[in-house]
Amino acid sequence: MTQMTRRAALVAGAGLLATPALVRAQTVRELTFYYPIAIGGPVPRIIDGYCEAFQRETGIKVNPVYAGNYGETLTKAVTAIRGGAGPHFSVLLAAELHSLRDMDILTPFEEIEGAGDLDAWTRGFFPAFMANSKAGGKTWSVPFQRSTAVYFYNKDWFRAAGLDPEAPPRTWAQLVEAGRRLTQDGKWGVKMSSSAGNGQWTFGAMANQAGHKLMNDAGTETYFTDPRAVEAAQFWRSLAFEHRITPQGSIEWGVLAPDFLNQTTAMIWSTTGNLTNMRTNARFNFGVAGLPGKDAPRTVVGGGNLYIFKNASPAERAAALRFARFVAAPEMAADWCMKTGYLATRPEAWETESLRRYTSEFPAALVAKDQIPVATGELSTFENQRVYKALNDNLQAMLSGGKSAQQAMADTQAEATRVLRPFRG
Amino acid sequence: MKPARTTLHAWLMLTPAMLLLVGFTHYPAIATLWHSLFTTPRATRPARFIGAENYLALADDPVFWQALWNNLVYAGATIPLSIGLALAMAMWVNGRLAGRTALRIAYFTPTVLPMIAVANLWLFFYTPDYGLLDQLTATLFGWGPTNWIGQQETALGAMIAVAVWKEAGFFMIFYLAALQAVPPNLYEAAAIEGASRLRVFLRVTLPLLGPTTLFIAVNAVINGFRLVDHIIVMTRGGPDNATALLLTHIYELGFRFWDTAAASALTMILLAMLALAAAAQFAFAARRVHYR
Repeated sequence: MTQMTRRAALVAGAGLLATPALVRAQTVRELTFYYPIAIGGPVPRIIDGYCEAFQRETGIKVNPVYAGNYGETLTKAVTAIRGGAGPHFSVLLAAELHSLRDMDILTPFEEIEGAGDLDAWTRGFFPAFMANSKAGGKTWSVPFQRSTAVYFYNKDWFRAAGLDPEAPPRTWAQLVEAGRRLTQDGKWGVKMSSSAGNGQWTFGAMANQAGHKLMNDAGTETYFTDPRAVEAAQFWRSLAFEHRITPQGSIEWGVLAPDFLNQTTAMIWSTTGNLTNMRTNARFNFGVAGLPGKDAPRTVVGGGNLYIFKNASPAERAAALRFARFVAAPEMAADWCMKTGYLATRPEAWETESLRRYTSEFPAALVAKDQIPVATGELSTFENQRVYKALNDNLQAMLSGGKSAQQAMADTQAEATRVLRPFRG
Repeated sequence: MKPARTTLHAWLMLTPAMLLLVGFTHYPAIATLWHSLFTTPRATRPARFIGAENYLALADDPVFWQALWNNLVYAGATIPLSIGLALAMAMWVNGRLAGRTALRIAYFTPTVLPMIAVANLWLFFYTPDYGLLDQLTATLFGWGPTNWIGQQETALGAMIAVAVWKEAGFFMIFYLAALQAVPPNLYEAAAIEGASRLRVFLRVTLPLLGPTTLFIAVNAVINGFRLVDHIIVMTRGGPDNATALLLTHIYELGFRFWDTAAASALTMILLAMLALAAAAQFAFAARRVHYR
């Protein structure tokens, strides 16, 4: 009898929280959800934990499927959807917005039954993270595993080289100066990734550092031949060829963290998502700082958003939205932030007791948050992967010495213009 | 039995094999050809017929030409190297020597490993600074760190080395089996005649290995265009398309850019190339290879 009343109370409570349509969504028993992993650490265990907590609260079983890195997850999700057996929702790169819309596989959140007061909810995210979510007056995704580009530096090395470990470089000139003093035989001053899938992210930050944005908001035009874009490219090239503080050739994203932890590189341009990994595994003092800019720190946001797919039934869409709201709740977002280093996507999460305590013990976590105001949106256009490839190929050619910065940018622009032609006018 | 009934029986017996062939070979090939003549359908723009335009666009695509050239280099290097190495290893472990079984197993191990595992293993070998290869070259020759798979000069060579390492052991098994089937009296006769070892190899061993070599060569040619898993894992065709092959380019067009029409066109080109290569091999084989 007591059990019955408890359950009745729970149902009544859920009914109060949820809009009527959500009650219908409870006929949904299972959801499938794809997620990528782009950082170190026990991410699957954390995700499993959230899905179990969601099931305890709602009775809906969410099957999380780890699907590789961002690119692989996108490929698997789209292939599965075209094959008719796709996931109901997925974490995919925030910057894929325009490409995914072009494939016509997304559900705008406004069209989900029982979405409730969507505006009030989406306004609660950091605006910089919502930059890649809205288009054509609709909301197509909400932030989940979001980060900003930051750099990690080895404080012990800084001290040994006679640099102040508490005053890491804030400008390009300071970066070059520090890099020259840190680079020794077989040890590099700084490394940033130029590999497929990552070069465009690094370069987006550099362009912002020179005060430039690479594309328009509609995702139909790119501006690679702008003098400031060329300046950014020239700066990157000079690190390898003129100052020789970074290796020539392309650098894989995956080697950055091991290089830093093995102390073969003094500074790595990485993501806040790696913070917990570094904190757990570094056997030396390390610091976190915002990426240096031409004049002052500037960076780029990155990471994945939650998208809900059209192939899900209305009830499944509503349940997926419920999951999105569940993981965005302040306590959950704070927990995600502490366990991975990804940024809690809503200001209110940073006000929670647990996250306040965490940041007072580990102030490095705040560095990333402080970068949000000086961060630009990620390069995002239609035919996104094609534009990425054009840019990354040219960056790699430039960094192996095959092309000048000018040439690399001109070639990228020519290819991007060709690819984007059908989307203009 | 009446002729009509015999015909029916024949068709019934052919049906299972024919269904499989049509379903998994002929229909996909024809559908690919069909799709390659249309544009890729998008949300707002359905597919429309454009004839050979996809092919013309490929001809204008510098990545296609580079992938084609890379693939010719890749096939041209992996085919003779893996066959030659397989033959040498087979001759070596065919002789009487201590630890013969252990050696055979060691040579065959790469074949048993999945290509993805192999790629990750070699990723460590090629890592600059603390990778196995760099540690070796640093101790032996005092070289500095080399970014083996990150620079255009060495990337394709590094991929070829992995492919040869993976394939040679597999081909060795066939050569080993063939070598053991060579009748010893032929060698005895050659010894009585006083033939040199080189002459015995050229005049006795090699001709008797003919059918095996043809079989291996056909497989090696196919693998020269098919074996790209490690490239996807290690370089994804980079840096700047230095390791892009036809198949990785098809994958990229089809599953990263979702330009299925262009991918279909490139698939047809690859299919035509392989058909030509197979035809040439069998024509050559008909004249030169002797079956006993």
